[in-house]
Amino acid sequence: MAEVEHKGKKFEVDEDGFLAGGLDVWEPDWIDYVKTIEGIEELNDEHWKCIHFLQDYYRTHGIAPMVRIFSKVTGYKLKHIYELFPSGPGKGACKMAGLPKPTGCV
Amino acid sequence: MPRIREVAKEKAREKGVKEEVKYEDIRIYTDEELKNYTEDDIKAFKCKHDLPDVLELEKGPWSSFVSDAIREAVHRSKLPDDKMMMAKDCVEDLLGTLQLSYIDKETHWKHGGIVGVFGYGGGVIGRYNDQQETFPGVWSFHTLRINQPASKFYTTEWLRSICDIWEYRGSGCMNLHGSTGDIVCLGTITDQLEPMFFDLTYDMGQDLGGSGSNLRTPSCCIGKARCEFAMFDTQEMCYELTMHYQDELHRPAFPYKFKFKFDGCPNGCVAAIARSCMAYIGTWKDDIRIDQEAVKAYVAGELAPNAGAMAGRDWGKFDIQKEVIERCPTACMEYDGGLKIDNKECTRCMHCINVMPRALRVGADTGFSILFGAKAPILEGAQMSTLTIPFMKSEYPYDNVKALVDKVWDWWMEEGKNRERLGELIQRWSLPKFLEMIGVPPMPQMVREPRSNPYVFWKREDVPGAWHRDINEFRKKHPR
Repeated sequence: MAEVEHKGKKFEVDEDGFLAGGLDVWEPDWIDYVKTIEGIEELNDEHWKCIHFLQDYYRTHGIAPMVRIFSKVTGYKLKHIYELFPSGPGKGACKMAGLPKPTGCV
Repeated sequence: MPRIREVAKEKAREKGVKEEVKYEDIRIYTDEELKNYTEDDIKAFKCKHDLPDVLELEKGPWSSFVSDAIREAVHRSKLPDDKMMMAKDCVEDLLGTLQLSYIDKETHWKHGGIVGVFGYGGGVIGRYNDQQETFPGVWSFHTLRINQPASKFYTTEWLRSICDIWEYRGSGCMNLHGSTGDIVCLGTITDQLEPMFFDLTYDMGQDLGGSGSNLRTPSCCIGKARCEFAMFDTQEMCYELTMHYQDELHRPAFPYKFKFKFDGCPNGCVAAIARSCMAYIGTWKDDIRIDQEAVKAYVAGELAPNAGAMAGRDWGKFDIQKEVIERCPTACMEYDGGLKIDNKECTRCMHCINVMPRALRVGADTGFSILFGAKAPILEGAQMSTLTIPFMKSEYPYDNVKALVDKVWDWWMEEGKNRERLGELIQRWSLPKFLEMIGVPPMPQMVREPRSNPYVFWKREDVPGAWHRDINEFRKKHPR
């Protein structure tokens, strides 16, 4: 496990830069760090809406939502989600929200 | 010029990308650097890891991937350091990892890996070694999928260009091609993904392939380019649908992966029926065209059956009765000096045409069948595709097909469970429901045999009186 440092705070991450401790150790400073590597300048309300939804969904269901559900609940089309998170809902938004790394045939 | 190339060139002009790649414009290595080793260097080469089992695989007549890898390792060892962005000895570490896996009989790659390029949700398969201290050269070894040209025709200009770029930004190892069709660039580091993507798109006008829960890279058989059996232009259709559905290919939006494959005829040279969710297989509607003179030439032994494919062994003199007439699955053929085919009984299996290609031609009224739902065993068992559209005309720009694809996706994207292939959704919801969703009436051609169990569902509107029954009415005639 590697450790990254951002503004004096240390985070343990895996090779893909996902938060090793997951939601338990997540904090807003993590977002401040991730945005620097995920091509996001400043977070707006839409970013936050996505992140909060992902975290709520994960806490309730124990998995990340399917793209279709993410899209439906936030009301953002997939295209717009990519505008918000250039790496997409998996690598971009889930990483920011502190969710575990997507698995399977990717 | 074939229409597909005109279209491709026009689109390239519109987008301002290069129409054709010129190696000289983008080459990275000099001729001396490309030929920087001799056969003696290869003999003298000593890998940094011991490779007893791996080196066994250099023996025997089949071209050895180990020999090739060693050649690449020697080549890299002699390239200048500033002309490689990945570890110089990555190929040696790759062989070392393989040797360790042969000893342990276990893989040494870690679980998963999420990397990619901005704007896309797929195309790169992330991999990390689990013995990173022993094999630092393959600490990370990501795979890039690059969308291949239809039927994999190349120019050396193009291949040399991609080889230069990949030697520079990756391991120099490739897989030509992945089973879905992509050119697979094996092994690079995360930092090189964006530069590699930039070089591909900017210098070569070349995009990534698909990975993840999306439309995967479509592929097709060689089609009309070099086959007289092709019933539609598989390449043009493969290209057109790939371009039309770029968004679905690069940004995963589906419950799971989805594949297109295009076979020009039922011989199935890209195995569309087994390896795609939506298989397009060429077929015809009218009569098989018979050249009776050529039939006689086959019978007389002047033409070799199956175009000489059986030449390695003495099968005796060609016997049209035994090898064609009696092998016809519907027994719709007859030979009495002239060949007769009862075309309305023909299922277009291709056997007679395959045996006598000079005498028999597919019909002139051609198109394709569409079959849905093939998949590998996980989760609910392997499936081949099910015939759903017996015949459709093939006409550029394939609006009829696109309309159908959109209907299928609308349904599957709405109803498909997480990680449920289309074939499994059809199984779960039933074929009749699928037909209803895509607006196609049921036909006898869609089943091999009718159901043998009597658990038949009826729709409310098809039953007089529907489901509303009053038990008291029933009791009037049938007292307890």
